[in-house]
Amino acid sequence: MSPHATRRVFTSKGQTDGCSPPLSLIPMAQSIRRDSPELPDFSLLKRLARDQLIYLLEQLPGRKDLFIDADLMSPLDRIANVSTLKQHEVDKLYKVEYKPIVSTSDQLCFLIRPRLQSVKWICDVVNADKAAGKFRRYKLIFTPQKFYACENVLEEQGIFGDVTTDEWGFHLLPLDDDIISLELPEFFRDYFLDGNQRWVRTAGCVLHLLHSLYGPFSKVYGIGRCSKMAYESWREQVEEGEQKGRDGEIGSVFLFDRDVDYVTPMCSQVVYEGLVDDIFRIKCGCVEFGPEVTSSDKSLKVMLNSQDKVFNQIRNEHFSNVFGFLSQKAKNLQTAYDKRCGMDIKQIKTFVSEELKGLKQEHRLLSLHIGASESMMKKKTKQEFQELLKTEHSLLEGFDIRECITFIEEHINRQCSMIESLRLLCLLSLTENGLLSKDYKSMKAQYLQSYGVDHLPTFANLKQLGILVEQPTGETLTAMENKVGKLVNDRAAGKLTDAFSSLAKKSHFRALSRRLNLVLERDGWTGLEEVTRLLNGQEFAASGCSEADGKARSDTQRTILVMFLGGCTFSEISALRFLGKEKGYKFIIVTTAITNSARLIEALLDNRA
Amino acid sequence: MAFITANWNPLGEAFYRKVELYEMSWVLRDGLRDSLVAAAPYGGPIAVMKESQCLSPSVRPQLDIYTASGVTMATFPWKSGPVVQLGWSVSEELLCVQQDGTVLIYDLTGAFLRHFSMGQEVVQSHVSEAKIFHSPYGTGVAIVTGSSRFTLATNIDDLKLRRLPEVPGLQGAPSCWAVLNQDRQTKVLLANGPELYLLDNTCCTSVVLPGGSPLDGVFVHIAVSFSYKYLALFTDTGHLWTGLANLQDKLSEVDTKIRSPPKQMVWCRRPQTQQPSVVVLWERLLLVVAVGGDTVQYPLDEACVCVGELDGVRLLSPSRHELLQEVPLVCEDIFKIASMGPGALLLEAHKEYQKSSQKADEYLREIKEQGMLGDAVRQCVEAAGHEQHTHTQKALLRAASFGKCFLTNLSPEAFVSVCRDLRVLNAVRDPSIGIPLTHTQYPVCVCVCRLVYRRLYPLAIEVCRYLKTPEYQGVSRILRHWACSKVQQKGESDEVMVRCISGRLADSPGISYSHIASKAYDSGRTELAIKLLDYEARSGEQVPLLLKMRRSQLALSKAIESGDTDLVYTVVSYVKNEMNRGDFFMTLRNQPVALSLYRQFCKLQEQETLKDLYNQDDDHQELANYYVSASYREKRLEARLSVLQSAVDEYNKAKNEFSSKATEEEMRLLRFQRKLDDEKGAGLLGLSLQATMEALLASGLQKQADHLYRDFRVSDKRYWWLKLKSLAEKEEWEELEKFSKSKKSPVGYLPFVEVCMKKSNKYEAKKYVTKVTPEQRVRAHLTIEDVEGAADAAIERRSEAEIGTVISHCSSSSSSSQRLLLDKLQRALTTANRK
Repeated sequence: MSPHATRRVFTSKGQTDGCSPPLSLIPMAQSIRRDSPELPDFSLLKRLARDQLIYLLEQLPGRKDLFIDADLMSPLDRIANVSTLKQHEVDKLYKVEYKPIVSTSDQLCFLIRPRLQSVKWICDVVNADKAAGKFRRYKLIFTPQKFYACENVLEEQGIFGDVTTDEWGFHLLPLDDDIISLELPEFFRDYFLDGNQRWVRTAGCVLHLLHSLYGPFSKVYGIGRCSKMAYESWREQVEEGEQKGRDGEIGSVFLFDRDVDYVTPMCSQVVYEGLVDDIFRIKCGCVEFGPEVTSSDKSLKVMLNSQDKVFNQIRNEHFSNVFGFLSQKAKNLQTAYDKRCGMDIKQIKTFVSEELKGLKQEHRLLSLHIGASESMMKKKTKQEFQELLKTEHSLLEGFDIRECITFIEEHINRQCSMIESLRLLCLLSLTENGLLSKDYKSMKAQYLQSYGVDHLPTFANLKQLGILVEQPTGETLTAMENKVGKLVNDRAAGKLTDAFSSLAKKSHFRALSRRLNLVLERDGWTGLEEVTRLLNGQEFAASGCSEADGKARSDTQRTILVMFLGGCTFSEISALRFLGKEKGYKFIIVTTAITNSARLIEALLDNRA
Repeated sequence: MAFITANWNPLGEAFYRKVELYEMSWVLRDGLRDSLVAAAPYGGPIAVMKESQCLSPSVRPQLDIYTASGVTMATFPWKSGPVVQLGWSVSEELLCVQQDGTVLIYDLTGAFLRHFSMGQEVVQSHVSEAKIFHSPYGTGVAIVTGSSRFTLATNIDDLKLRRLPEVPGLQGAPSCWAVLNQDRQTKVLLANGPELYLLDNTCCTSVVLPGGSPLDGVFVHIAVSFSYKYLALFTDTGHLWTGLANLQDKLSEVDTKIRSPPKQMVWCRRPQTQQPSVVVLWERLLLVVAVGGDTVQYPLDEACVCVGELDGVRLLSPSRHELLQEVPLVCEDIFKIASMGPGALLLEAHKEYQKSSQKADEYLREIKEQGMLGDAVRQCVEAAGHEQHTHTQKALLRAASFGKCFLTNLSPEAFVSVCRDLRVLNAVRDPSIGIPLTHTQYPVCVCVCRLVYRRLYPLAIEVCRYLKTPEYQGVSRILRHWACSKVQQKGESDEVMVRCISGRLADSPGISYSHIASKAYDSGRTELAIKLLDYEARSGEQVPLLLKMRRSQLALSKAIESGDTDLVYTVVSYVKNEMNRGDFFMTLRNQPVALSLYRQFCKLQEQETLKDLYNQDDDHQELANYYVSASYREKRLEARLSVLQSAVDEYNKAKNEFSSKATEEEMRLLRFQRKLDDEKGAGLLGLSLQATMEALLASGLQKQADHLYRDFRVSDKRYWWLKLKSLAEKEEWEELEKFSKSKKSPVGYLPFVEVCMKKSNKYEAKKYVTKVTPEQRVRAHLTIEDVEGAADAAIERRSEAEIGTVISHCSSSSSSSQRLLLDKLQRALTTANRK
């Protein structure tokens, strides 16, 4: 079955059943596979963060009001809930809204990211209090670290002496068993667009933290400049501190810069979890399903992680399989319910006490996910979306480019969606190695006409990143195409594609995951120089501590940490999970933030909003 | 060894002894008479200076600093004003209190460190008397002025002057006074004739000595013990009163029968003392007065100075340096004539043993019979610690070691530690070093530090190694001191110096090169400092010093090397204030990391600077982008237009025709919108071109929309889309039909079908289905929910995929006609397949 076929399956729903059975029904074939090793316990990270936060709060004894950065709200919720905060004499909680405050407390505590905007706002608050002759105590807690620039602002505004500052080293938030996020969406823009390296050290800190808790790592590989810098920053920190000799829980570490592959995140996601993210936006492992999903008048917040049994089974599946799976599941559930009909009283008793609760829970989740997939279906089976997918697909395969351009033009002309239009343009440029000069100009002009001239700087940003560019004259596309094609037309990659048709053929990511595999086998980048050169180069490999060869096949060696600098998508995570299942590895994904096409593009917007 | 007790004098129940510490190697022209002498406690250095009133005003006095053994450490002529008092701080710095209230601080080598003043009013009234005292907070200075006011500074390292309240009835200087430390408060006890006053921060209280006051005389001298616990007062009737310093209890009162006021009076005690006493010094007599009332007299043949210690009194005379102390109980037990104490017996036994005499066994047996061997060993060990002379120490330790052999369960710890302590003590007591510490003082005293202050680095390192002090705290610290003083020396070239220092410090842990470098910089050797900084591993330490040395370029590159953006930013913000703008920008230009950091900061903080920055770089493209974003912050249209015009100019300069044209068009659009807004109040300003046209069409301003369409060369497709959408929106179906027939639609006719269906107008939609191209016809039919039509179209096109699509659409209903249709489609599908 070619990768195309799977895609068609999706585009024309009618054939679904004929072509591929729901994945759940596929027996876990090739049972000779080794089991994936157990994951280390990352809840420790949460505990550490919570303890430190409590310690910091205690530093300001007495009742106090706490102001929290809006985008720290959800991560904080995962660390310490409101009652924990109240226990430590937090009186009221406020969101930082850059408006004058109404608090009556005489102690204010601000929990913020080190952003100048927030600090300036706090300065305003303090100065307003001063002008009103109000005396309060202020404490600023920066997370994950404070920057000198922030303190500088405090100084410039003349309130440096009036506040106390602290750092809350809340670097890592485990979103799931195998996903750890830094929750730093600004990493992407700061580093890749603005060239600001302030987060590199943070990334180094993260590595250091993981290394000291779960290390030592046996090997570290990386692609990209930022990876290299993060690695060096980490090494520096390791050298400063002392070494502990013990058995690590993590074997190899891979570092990837986001700019190694923009194609994958620019595609629509088709695995369930990715699609949920694209449509409903998963925030910090939590999604808010609107009334159309919950089929009631309230919207509902749902945690999406491996605890949710239903979700855990469908998250990595191609969307077209999900519905079938869910209906099967519903049938099973019904049978389980029906069991009670033929039961005597005793059996019913055990049924109620043991199974019913689980079934009810499952039932609730199931109905939610069915609701969600219905609502997705509604959106996704619409003509427009199908054409969108078709276009994407053509772009990735590299045929009917003219048609695609026309489609994108129409998309722009009809003002379908600002972000989507831009995404398609980017995808076009990425896959075609830039737009022809004529196309570039006309597309840009049309885009500006549709969405306003204030997008000029946005285009400048995209150009700077090389995401949306004019084709350099003289360079032929085919050379590059062939190279990448060769890379991807591999058996391993082929398997991947079967499962995830979303993973573009030309996507570097597929090449990446393939290489990951190879590197694991070959123990280094050797022999792959050509590949890496193609992908912006800057690869490195370094062994952490020498380990006995005999141990090389142990569980530790098969636990692999993959760190994305600049964010990763759920599709990529799914692909890694699949690869892990296939090869008996376990991947731990560390990312600066979970991202998707819309988030990437929003980060690069520079219009007036 | 009988002569050990030769210098013992019985005093009450105890003995006092006077041990010679050193023969002084100094040469004093006039002895210690008429000199200011200050000797630091704990065997510290001695400072000597001729009193100024004894010299003719034209002669500058000499200030000499000696070790306790009289070796000159520094000597220099005094160039400042008249000195009232000399004294030593806890860290062995020399304090010189001048008459005008200035306190000058020198180090052991006579180098000037710093100075401070005891207050403005002192300059006029002059210091009449000053005392330097030690408290738990450090070293303090107390003065009384000519106008009888007291001023205190409890810690010279954290200077806070406290002016004490006035004493009622005090005219001129008090007859005597002393500084007390009570309840963590520093107070002054003073006597004005027969009356006593206690001065603290807030008030002056008159106090009466406890135990009745039979003293009918004027107090002429006060002495406070080393620990501030005891107090002694001397009256002009020759009475000596002793008691507790809190003035709650009286110890005794002794009549010395000497009526002349003493020169000095010092408490002489030791921890676990049997018989505390007060040492009173006159010109020719030293009187030790026990609290019990007994006295010992030592006649003196030359002028002396007493120095109070923790466990005795040191006597400093021009020729020798002696220690007067109560004989420790253990020593007394061992050495007292005819003592039968276990220690004494053990010592004797060992002596006999050495003579190979069987008496040794007898002695041992005797001790053992009493079961006192353990005590005997302990006594010997302890006594060895208290002895000054090495042969006595050895004899005692050997005896202890001999006794130990007969014991099985004695912990050797005490023995080992005393041996180790004595080794160090003897080394520092050596006359060439001259720190006569006693074993009692030893643990209190930071011996190594004092060696370092004296620049006795090799000995200090030896001591550290001998004591196995961790490298980090010991040797490294000494080496750092060494390097710091080394860089302050003149005469050696930078290269030699750097090689010398780095060679010696090479791999000692915890060495901060930046600290050494900053010392080098302080002594004016910038180049040396920079070279030293190269050895500093932590960039965080390098950068601040480089900034201090105004090497901002170097600091910037070091900061960037470190990868710590905070550091980079520190440098940037420093450089920003230091340089003029042009130079600053040029500096940034060479450092892209710093530049991008600063740019981002400016974007948030200083938009104007950002503009300048781009200007400087001739980065027209960025500048233009900046103007574009800036234009949206302008509220007024004119301002916005002018900013946009600047953007156009910059785009032109950047040869970005496309953007300049786009911006120009935007300006045109803005003007147009403004005009319309004024005329019709359409509220268009700021909308995009498309949105504008949409709004125009919606409000029926067809002509204006057409105008825009032509003027901005909007593509036909876009315009058609817009128009048909707006017509359908307004449900002007006739207009729509007319429009569809106006010319061939550039977007095809499917959109017509779709917009009609959006309004659920199937009737109108049908009109356009026939016009749709064959490729889209199936879709068109399906859009209007005409499955049969779709089926026909699909079959006609014989397209497998399209038939499939249609089938998927019918599967939902199950009427007979539908079934028929399905059959038909299936058949068509098979035929299509066959082909």
